[in-house]
Amino acid sequence: MHAVSIPPFERFYEEHRAEVMRLLRRRLGRERADDAFQETFLRALQAYGRLDHGEHLRAWVLTIARNVAIDSVRRARPTEELVDAGGEDGLSAYEELAPLTDGLPPTERAAVVLRYGYDLSYDQIASALGSSTDAARQAASTGVRRIRKRRTLR
Amino acid sequence: MTISQDVDRQFREAAADLGLIDVGYDVVESPIGPLFVAVSNEGLAQLSFHPQDRDLERLASFAGPRVLRSSRSVDRVRRELDEYFEERRQVFDLTLDLRGLPPFTVSVLGALSRVPFGETTTYKTLAERVGHPRAARAVGTVMNRNRIPIVLPCHRVVGSTGDLVGYGGGLDKKVALLELEGALP
Repeated sequence: MHAVSIPPFERFYEEHRAEVMRLLRRRLGRERADDAFQETFLRALQAYGRLDHGEHLRAWVLTIARNVAIDSVRRARPTEELVDAGGEDGLSAYEELAPLTDGLPPTERAAVVLRYGYDLSYDQIASALGSSTDAARQAASTGVRRIRKRRTLR
Repeated sequence: MTISQDVDRQFREAAADLGLIDVGYDVVESPIGPLFVAVSNEGLAQLSFHPQDRDLERLASFAGPRVLRSSRSVDRVRRELDEYFEERRQVFDLTLDLRGLPPFTVSVLGALSRVPFGETTTYKTLAERVGHPRAARAVGTVMNRNRIPIVLPCHRVVGSTGDLVGYGGGLDKKVALLELEGALP
């Protein structure tokens, strides 16, 4: 058995663009989804030449889309709140938390940053992530547990 | 879920502008019918009257997997083709991507590229020019498989008796091109 070959990007794009757009509209609303759509496929294009095989391309591009949506939510926070949440040296909460949250699965990372960096309620986080309130709470708490575990191991 | 044409176009333009694609292709309208044009980082890689389903895979195999339809990528080729069909251009100023072709094919195409606008030559003459005087038939095969017709002017190659012989895109196209160049006997 040999690895699934990588299809020409056009075929990949045609196959997945509708689903990517659906995900982005659900999370960001119609207007912001358009920018996020372009960003998603530009990121995918950038990495596409370095893929080793053509397996799991759907999961791959949906992960990129989720990350783009998370970044977009973060950017959309009003500036004054960012300043409030940021540290003395002007770092955003996201940047401050980066050393801790680096390497977490994207959803957990987003949930931790939004909860502890920006002090959003679980309801707000849920709507940003396109998930239920329970799932948002779960993601934040799993993320925190994972961080703690890593720190003990260090 | 429909993607608006604007969003789709913006993505394709940005991809080309950022230099993120290995091959950009599109269909270019011409007086002799629509032409499939593909441009890689190395140059014009394909120009076809009758594109095949497998063309994208074939292009990806030698130029890289980032093959995307992109009007912008073929702008220059489109402009030169327009000028040619409007009789404002006799020589194409385009680099060609001939990767993956065997040496004999490349040398025959090199000789072909030096057959000037408005003139014709024969399969036999081309064979002689590449140092294989008895390979006229093999030269015919190279013409038949030419990935970049018009720009590599296989329409200017005719039989020893002046018979037009054949053309990958259809004989009517060969007649039209020679007529445009004033080279019909």
